[in-house]
Amino acid sequence: MQTVVSQTSPPKKSFLYDPKVRGIFYQVLLIVVVGYLFYVAATNAVENLQRARIASGFGFLNNTAGFDISQTLIQFSAAGSTYGEAFIVGLLNTLIVSAIGIFFTTILGFIIGIARLSKNWMVAKVAMVYVEVLRNIPLLVQLLFWYIAVLGPLPQPRNSLEMGAGFFLNSRGLFMARPIFAADAWVIPAALLIGLVGTFIYRRWARVRQERTGQQYPVGLVTLGLVLGLPVLTWVVLALVGANPITFEIPKRGTFNLTGGMQILPEFVALLLGLTTYTAAFIAEVVRAGILAVSKGQTEAAGSLGLKPGQILRLVVIPQAMRVIIPPLTSQYLNLTKNSSLAVAIGYPDLVQVFMGTVLNQTGQAIEVVIITMGVYLTISLVTSALMNIYNRRVAIVER
Amino acid sequence: MELLGEQTNMKKALVSIAFGLTASLLATGASAQATLNSVKQKGFLTCGSNTGLAGFGLPDAQGNWTGLDVDLCRAIAAAIFDDPSKVRFIPLAAKDRFTALQSGEVDVLSRNSTKTMSRDTQLGLDFPVINYFDGQGFMVRKKLGVSSAKELNGASICTQQGTTTELNLADYFRANNMKYEVVAFATSDETFKAYDSGRCDAFTTDASGLYAERLRASAPDDHIVLPEIISKEPLGPAVRHGDNQWGDIVAWVHNAMLDAEELGVTKANVDQMKNSDNPEIKRLLGTEGKFGEAIGLTNDWAYRVIKHVGNYGESFEKNVGEGSRLKIKRGQNALWTKGGLQYGMPIR
Repeated sequence: MQTVVSQTSPPKKSFLYDPKVRGIFYQVLLIVVVGYLFYVAATNAVENLQRARIASGFGFLNNTAGFDISQTLIQFSAAGSTYGEAFIVGLLNTLIVSAIGIFFTTILGFIIGIARLSKNWMVAKVAMVYVEVLRNIPLLVQLLFWYIAVLGPLPQPRNSLEMGAGFFLNSRGLFMARPIFAADAWVIPAALLIGLVGTFIYRRWARVRQERTGQQYPVGLVTLGLVLGLPVLTWVVLALVGANPITFEIPKRGTFNLTGGMQILPEFVALLLGLTTYTAAFIAEVVRAGILAVSKGQTEAAGSLGLKPGQILRLVVIPQAMRVIIPPLTSQYLNLTKNSSLAVAIGYPDLVQVFMGTVLNQTGQAIEVVIITMGVYLTISLVTSALMNIYNRRVAIVER
Repeated sequence: MELLGEQTNMKKALVSIAFGLTASLLATGASAQATLNSVKQKGFLTCGSNTGLAGFGLPDAQGNWTGLDVDLCRAIAAAIFDDPSKVRFIPLAAKDRFTALQSGEVDVLSRNSTKTMSRDTQLGLDFPVINYFDGQGFMVRKKLGVSSAKELNGASICTQQGTTTELNLADYFRANNMKYEVVAFATSDETFKAYDSGRCDAFTTDASGLYAERLRASAPDDHIVLPEIISKEPLGPAVRHGDNQWGDIVAWVHNAMLDAEELGVTKANVDQMKNSDNPEIKRLLGTEGKFGEAIGLTNDWAYRVIKHVGNYGESFEKNVGEGSRLKIKRGQNALWTKGGLQYGMPIR
């Protein structure tokens, strides 16, 4: 007799005990609860605001501001501008100090990080002292130091320090000549553009050439000549033939202060100096860690190939160290951007000072203003992170 | 099943957080209605004060708060608790003050704040009385050789942000077709330090503040206050909108101090005055009528205020007038009977 072996499926479990279903159920429940929480909080806040007769909504952004701001990158006036424009002024001020700060702090941080590893005892110790002092003093104290102790004692406007070439320095800031462009001034940026394109082509050619023949070309010098030399040469030639594309408005003594020209506020300088030097101490440590992470064998191998110490650093060590450096470097960039909000202590009109200070107080709409400000910092941080992640992917080890 | 247990715990935690949060949010809403009850329950008054302005709100060497605005808070505490020391002072920068009041961090804001229509109607605040009539002025260094605010074209001016001062400044320079550079700081302290260190040519705030801050300059005699007063600054205490009983208490404490001055009732003679036959004094000191009960206090509420703090004139002279270093004249703040604007509403 042939027995039929029935293909029995595993014992049927109840739908309720399916871990997958349960998982989804709890996820949905969590979302509902969190959503409900936000809903209750929001409706409750709106209700309370209405009961207390506190204005709400974002309409205030279109109201006339009525106050002035010391540093404005866009046209701004008390009479004609709105709170929304005041927000943009503050945002741009935050972005510009962060961007310039990131640029300089990267350079300074790399120099100090590499100096700390120098074989020269003096250089290494100076770098060490710099790092230990700067990163162990609160940033706010450093900002006040730069603002009050360093920039405060500068001479009054009537005794401005004349530094030549149209530069003046006094307690109201750094003044410099403002270039006024004539109609034919477009030739100079055009020359710069040609220089940039020329540099790009030359560098590619030099690289291909070097890979094929091993011959090296003075890339750095040629770059400098093309990018800087060409526009300057154009300007000089134009000036010699009598067409003067750029004239300068030099600051003059007014009743109270120098008038005309361009002015860089001491608040901006103090904030930039504070952020740059403070963050550089952290970046120096990141860089040092990154370089130490590259095994010594790499340096020795490069040395045995006949590379000079500078070349070893530039061509062998740094590219490998970058893989270790980039992620923590990103955090330092984010820190610098967020720390720029300490500007409020020294009167630099950044986003927090203008928007969360003056605008919040003049409109009284704390909830809206704080939400917008948090959203802005979150966005800036996420964008910075995203850019650094893209860069990180490019320098990361490619597995072959 | 281990996993399941964890999830259940998490759910429980979330639900309790949800209830807790909801409850706390609702609670904030409810407490806005009865400030007096919550003050009585706490056992002290929280008073939003200046971060430090001589004559108006400043802790002395022993850490005791003194000043005209401080006295008003002490008077309210005296009316409620019969003890002027039952006040906690919370120093607030100009830009934080209204948020602190709106959110319930302080019960009353007595911090030389200007009453304006937008603050009264859009911020959810009320300004029940004006305890100091002021106006905005400018201070400059003598050696600048400036004798009028009209000569300030091109000057850089230090001011405190989030104030009516900041707005008046923009208006004034616009109206007079002059240019200026504004440097705004968060606290009055930072603002004045920046001016004193030479960052600005002029410093602007309410005239009373100019006299008070000048005392802190490294060389007070090197500075002069310009004659122009460019704005109206009615300064007074602020309370949350919607709690009328609490607003009444603040208003009537100030009125009682004015009435006491007008009737000649002082800290020194208030006990004698209790036996006075003058019906106005009798009503003020609670020997006749039940006016205190009507605002949720005891009937001797005004007696307590005068006994512990004194009348308006006494408080004025002690803090900002002849008895102080500021030596500010009564001017607009004299009683209406002496040509000023301070007018105590009748208690009857």
